[in-house]
Amino acid sequence: MKKLFFYIEKCLACRTCEMVCCVGHSLNKDLFKDVRENSISPARLKIFSAKAKNYPLACRHCDDPKCVVACMSAALKKDEKTGQVLHDKDKCVGCWMCVMACPYGAIRLDRKEKIPLRCDLCIDIGEPRCAKNCPVKAIIWEEEAEIAKKK
Amino acid sequence: MSENQAKKFKGDDATQQMRQRAEQMGIETVWDREEMQEPHCGFGTLGICCKNCNLGPCRIDPFGEGASQGVCGADADTISARNLVRHIAAGTACHSDHGREITETLLMAAEGKTKFYRVTSAEKLKVVAEEYKVKTENRKNEEIAADLAKKILAEYGQQEGELVLAQRAPEKQKKIWRKYNLMPRGIDREVVESMSRTHIGVDNDYQNLMQQGMRTALADGWGGSMIGTELSDILFGKPTPQRGKVNLGVLKEDQVNLLVHGHVPLLSEMICEAGSDPEMIALAKKKGATGITIAGLCCTANEILVRRGFPVAGNFLQQELALLTGAVDLLLVDLQCIMPSLPEIANCFHTKIVSTSPKARFPGMEHIEFNEKDAGIIAQEIVRKAIDNFPNRDKAKVCIPQETNDLMPGFTTEYVFKMLGGTYRSSYKPLNEGIINGRIRGVAAIVGCDNPKAESGESHAKLVKELIKNDVLVVQTGCSALACAKAGLLTPEAALQYAGKGLKEICEAVGIPPVLHLGSCVDNTRILTACCEMVKEGGLGEGLDDLPIAGAAPEWMSEKAIAIGWYFVASGALVVFGSPFPVYGSPNMTKFVTEDVEKMTGGKWAFESDPLQMAKVMIEHIDKKRKALNLRPMIYEVGVGASA
Repeated sequence: MKKLFFYIEKCLACRTCEMVCCVGHSLNKDLFKDVRENSISPARLKIFSAKAKNYPLACRHCDDPKCVVACMSAALKKDEKTGQVLHDKDKCVGCWMCVMACPYGAIRLDRKEKIPLRCDLCIDIGEPRCAKNCPVKAIIWEEEAEIAKKK
Repeated sequence: MSENQAKKFKGDDATQQMRQRAEQMGIETVWDREEMQEPHCGFGTLGICCKNCNLGPCRIDPFGEGASQGVCGADADTISARNLVRHIAAGTACHSDHGREITETLLMAAEGKTKFYRVTSAEKLKVVAEEYKVKTENRKNEEIAADLAKKILAEYGQQEGELVLAQRAPEKQKKIWRKYNLMPRGIDREVVESMSRTHIGVDNDYQNLMQQGMRTALADGWGGSMIGTELSDILFGKPTPQRGKVNLGVLKEDQVNLLVHGHVPLLSEMICEAGSDPEMIALAKKKGATGITIAGLCCTANEILVRRGFPVAGNFLQQELALLTGAVDLLLVDLQCIMPSLPEIANCFHTKIVSTSPKARFPGMEHIEFNEKDAGIIAQEIVRKAIDNFPNRDKAKVCIPQETNDLMPGFTTEYVFKMLGGTYRSSYKPLNEGIINGRIRGVAAIVGCDNPKAESGESHAKLVKELIKNDVLVVQTGCSALACAKAGLLTPEAALQYAGKGLKEICEAVGIPPVLHLGSCVDNTRILTACCEMVKEGGLGEGLDDLPIAGAAPEWMSEKAIAIGWYFVASGALVVFGSPFPVYGSPNMTKFVTEDVEKMTGGKWAFESDPLQMAKVMIEHIDKKRKALNLRPMIYEVGVGASA
């Protein structure tokens, strides 16, 4: 199963990941057009800094997802086959319980749409844009087993 | 930052062939490096990254969640305006330094300090000298030239007053410039003030910053650049239309190939002369070559093309590909738009690269410093070096694409006069009348660079075809002109088949092609002066902003392009860029450049990446101006987007 990993030693906080995340989830998927038409999506991933290190933070698609347990309308569910935590927009009531329950603080708020914003691993293109576009390869998208070997 | 890389055009046939060769040989080119840089930083692209001081670097969150101000308190408006003004200052500085070098050479020639340059166009010398109030009656050319050059050099450092060549503009423009404080006082002064006002804590009002930005750009268009054009004409003669050839196929397998690359024509002119010297040709023959081919890249190519009809090997994106032919014995560079990647590619072949300007050195290049005093001797040394290198060429590594295209370059403001009206009744009347009675819709300038982020040159030809189909007369300069030449659009015969009926009638009647090549990028000033002549001729309003004209740089990339665009906007024209310069992070700045500025100068910006849409924006603007002038409806209306 492929997972997103972050090398915090490498992250320079350039925020390219945030930018491509915003553009990739926007209406036109075009920076200039979406900025002009005010149709840009908020980022599902954010860079935080602490103690001189930078931390890209996004949904970890946990093995034991607290958000899924907390979700009262069953809008969030874990897909056992892909390992992804999926969100059903139609079922979501916007109660933000998932946001409260997430131990990583990785769920962000879309106040306009009143839904939680979470990393969807860019299923539309089959590869997370943040990993694909990270200029220093601080974000990687690889098989779990491969990562374990490198450690 | 679009996700679909695949739809990107890969260049003309010769370019594609050489790109494949690069891939086979494992040589990186500009396209590979562009891919490595994707995605380009969104903060830089939107103009909201500031690194002017050590409080930062700072960034504004364009999506309103994070920081809305830098550490000093500057917001997106201030930061994008400051950045833009610095871009304009850099572009202006480049053109103005180019003009300065030409002026200094004219002075040396006039004072007899170099025997290699002389006044070639006494006619133009008189015209410019009179504008600068230099006495011309009963004086030798050298005396006039010396006084003129000194006056111009003083104008670079002038502190107060107005630029002399800016007086060429119609009264209406001059009034606007004086009203809004846009009239340039000196050339260097405006660049310096732009730098000082963009320092931390100086000018923070985006509109006030743009006032200085426009004044600086005008010091380029009606100052440095125009001086570059006019004095080059005095030194090397006014261009006239002639036949030329373009694309990598101009390189010869059995000849010594010497390429000149860069911008300032001072050394390239000498190289052309040295390369045509029978003694040199004999030497080349002794080394086993059948002759010497001197060809150009970028705007140096345009300079020797419009004045001497020398062939063009390629435009900006083809500089690396020229080396990949393995047939270039020597590449000579001066400054501007020269890729520092060239020496690495040359190392794969026998090619020697020589830098010549004390202002522009490149790691890995041999340096032979140019000076005006010994210009001819240096040129001979370089040509000899190329000849000596010919036997080192590895024939097995030579691969020259077959593609060449004919073109007819060299139309100047003065030449169009003669062509339109004949030598004895020089006039813009046929052009103005063509516009007034609805045969010609208007005039569009398609200029600027070629860019791997865009369509690697292809968008120029698409745009130009659409414009001439809609009876818009097109004028071109720089790498854009070369891109269209490669697409076969710069010969009268080829272009006329794409031209609309009305435009075709005029072109056939007076004998001009519908797409006119005016020269290099400093020669964009020829477009300004031609527009002034149109206003003077009458019937099309009182100012440049009344004319049914528009400009575009579909694949712009350099700061020079930003400066050029701004001097046209400040002079009253609509300018369309294929992608926005970095202001989209500030809604106020975006509104200022695309709307508000029109209320001041009559000109404005538009950003549109699709060539057909770009044509539509330009045609709508031209039609708006036609309507305001109460001109007759177009005789043959085609409709934008209709098939030819």
